[in-house]
Amino acid sequence: MTYLDMSREHATELLERMVLIRRFEEKCAEQYSAGKIRGFLHLYVGEEAVAVGALASLRPDDNVVATYREHGHALIRGISPSAVMAEMYGKATGCARGRGGSMHLFSDAGRLFGGNAIVAGGLPIACGLALADLMSKREAVTACFFGDGATDEGAYHEALNLASLWKLPVLFLCENNLYAMGTALERHAAETDLTRIPAAHRIPSEAVDGMDVAAIERTVRYAADLVRDGAGPRFLELRTYRFRAHSMYDAERYRSKDEVAKWMERDPITMFERRLRQQGLIDDTLISQIEERVANVVAAAVDAAEEAPLEPVSNLCRDLYARAPT
Amino acid sequence: MTAATATYREAVRSGIRRAIQQDTRVFLMGEDVGRYGGAFAVSAGLLEELGPERIRDTPLSESAFVGAGVGAALGGMRPIVEVMTVNFSLLAIDQLVNSAAALRHMSGGQLSVPLVVRMATGAGRQLAAQHSHSFENWYAHVPGLKVLAPGTVQDARDCVLAAVDDPDPVIVFEHQLLYNVQGTLDDDAPVADVWHAAVLETGTDLTLVTYGGSVPKALAAAAALRSEGINPEVVDLRCLRPLDWQTIIASVTRTHRMVVVDEGWKTGSLAGEIVAGVVDRGFYELDAAPERVCSVEVAVPYAKHLEDAVLPSVSRIVEAARKVMPRHG
Ligand SMILES: Cc1ncc(C[n+]2csc(CCOP(=O)(O)OP(=O)(O)O)c2C)c(N)n1
Ligand SMILES: [Mg+2]
Repeated sequence: MTYLDMSREHATELLERMVLIRRFEEKCAEQYSAGKIRGFLHLYVGEEAVAVGALASLRPDDNVVATYREHGHALIRGISPSAVMAEMYGKATGCARGRGGSMHLFSDAGRLFGGNAIVAGGLPIACGLALADLMSKREAVTACFFGDGATDEGAYHEALNLASLWKLPVLFLCENNLYAMGTALERHAAETDLTRIPAAHRIPSEAVDGMDVAAIERTVRYAADLVRDGAGPRFLELRTYRFRAHSMYDAERYRSKDEVAKWMERDPITMFERRLRQQGLIDDTLISQIEERVANVVAAAVDAAEEAPLEPVSNLCRDLYARAPT
Repeated sequence: MTAATATYREAVRSGIRRAIQQDTRVFLMGEDVGRYGGAFAVSAGLLEELGPERIRDTPLSESAFVGAGVGAALGGMRPIVEVMTVNFSLLAIDQLVNSAAALRHMSGGQLSVPLVVRMATGAGRQLAAQHSHSFENWYAHVPGLKVLAPGTVQDARDCVLAAVDDPDPVIVFEHQLLYNVQGTLDDDAPVADVWHAAVLETGTDLTLVTYGGSVPKALAAAAALRSEGINPEVVDLRCLRPLDWQTIIASVTRTHRMVVVDEGWKTGSLAGEIVAGVVDRGFYELDAAPERVCSVEVAVPYAKHLEDAVLPSVSRIVEAARKVMPRHG
């Protein structure tokens, strides 16, 4: 294992963010079983290093486009845990006032443009955000997250071509967890090396270990800097794995328990923790401090969501138009 | 075998199984229909039973596999394409509208597209705006398509079989909330005439016209109204294109009052078309202005109390029915 050139402070921060996402989602799953959260709930458990590593390399004025598996991205982009939890509770204090739920978290301030539950629906939008930056001469990057399944869609191929042709500052971040719902990558894609299609569109592309938060941060920073400097779009495939069902429950007939267990040995949190320990950057005390802080944050989010009011039904039709014709 | 209790889901599955067993040209394809057993478990077990040639998992490519359904139908097959939900069919609507619907006429009658596209529709599961649409009317708008929307367990089987038997492209809408509904299924019964509306309950005071996922709500509202001394007739459209005007007008001619229940948004809705059609064909039969119970015109919200407020409900149907009845006193 290579030596990590990272301050204790930064290492702790990365670890704490991953732990926050993990514990927050474990609590969500619990609240789902208790009937407090409804609808679909797609957990990111196992994939935390991707959002944490990638978003650590971005700036506040960069744009982020994500999928329905976006609790982690939302927390890192500054939506408070209580606003995310309240959203899932369908409360008025939720970040989308209870309109979106788990799949549709947005933050104007955090430049998080969803939370898109149409597979590959975010890719063309990312191109447009990047076009706006380009035309406004802003040095921003649009980070666009999507799954391996999204690469099957026409919108994916159209967006890659457009971004490349117009040299749009988009950083395509493919969260390859090897499955699109119940369909394994080799059963949904003819080309399973996901870096090759962007390359055919003349977009430089590279695969990264999606379980290694430090490697992700490093690679994304390098790529984002180039995109920011006007080099055109880039593509990174983050090889990861989802430890849980596609949404809250599925029979998981499409993969073996052995396979899941193998991947769990590469749990991004445990691996990072082990590495930090070996380098003497953290110890038991620090870890229990992290867990305690996170537990408090998560508990406070649940309490706040429990107590929050419901949006009055009289507000049902607000926010449909900015200028409603009278 | 005689009639037995089954779920709507099992009835659809039974229709698919039978269609595939009866005709070597029939096959099912769609996202996760095989190994996963279908997003709504409709095809659970069929891969094991019928094999991967006939139960085909597709990539996540709605435009490609719906278009391939059009092509396979042109090539002599009888595909049943499952699009997980109507929401995702928007990625494939071009193939359905610009090709499937148009090809027979546009080719001067040379080509035939015997394609079945099944999709789940509707709201009610707190899935928010992008997963809760009711776009039956978008498809029912298009000449060249036929549109079915089974609202009962028996019809769920019969619609699949009728659609597969039909030489034209047929879209079958299965409401998400119906899959677990139990009812009677006679698996040996001849396929019903699902191309025409069914009068589910006869009555004398008003006609409740509805379809698909709103059928159980209309039946519950009818029961509530009867306890108030109002006796409604319930018409289940079953087929949304072409509409069965004869059955609708015959009922309104008996009752002279009408409420249409439709989960779509009111503006541009099927409910609007039905009111207009009744006005065209039976204006003098009407004793009161018809009412429409539709979804409130806003993106369907996630929070339960807000979603409930958007969707047609039993109480809103009852209220609308009272409104079309003559005032007492
Ligand atoms: C256009 C579209 N088709 C189908 C679906 C249903 N669906 C939701 S998630 C999913 C799998 C997506 O897989 P992937 O892109 O790999 O993302 P992951 O869930 O693995 O993160 C499918 C088929 C959808 N939401 N949108
Ligand atoms: Mg995936």
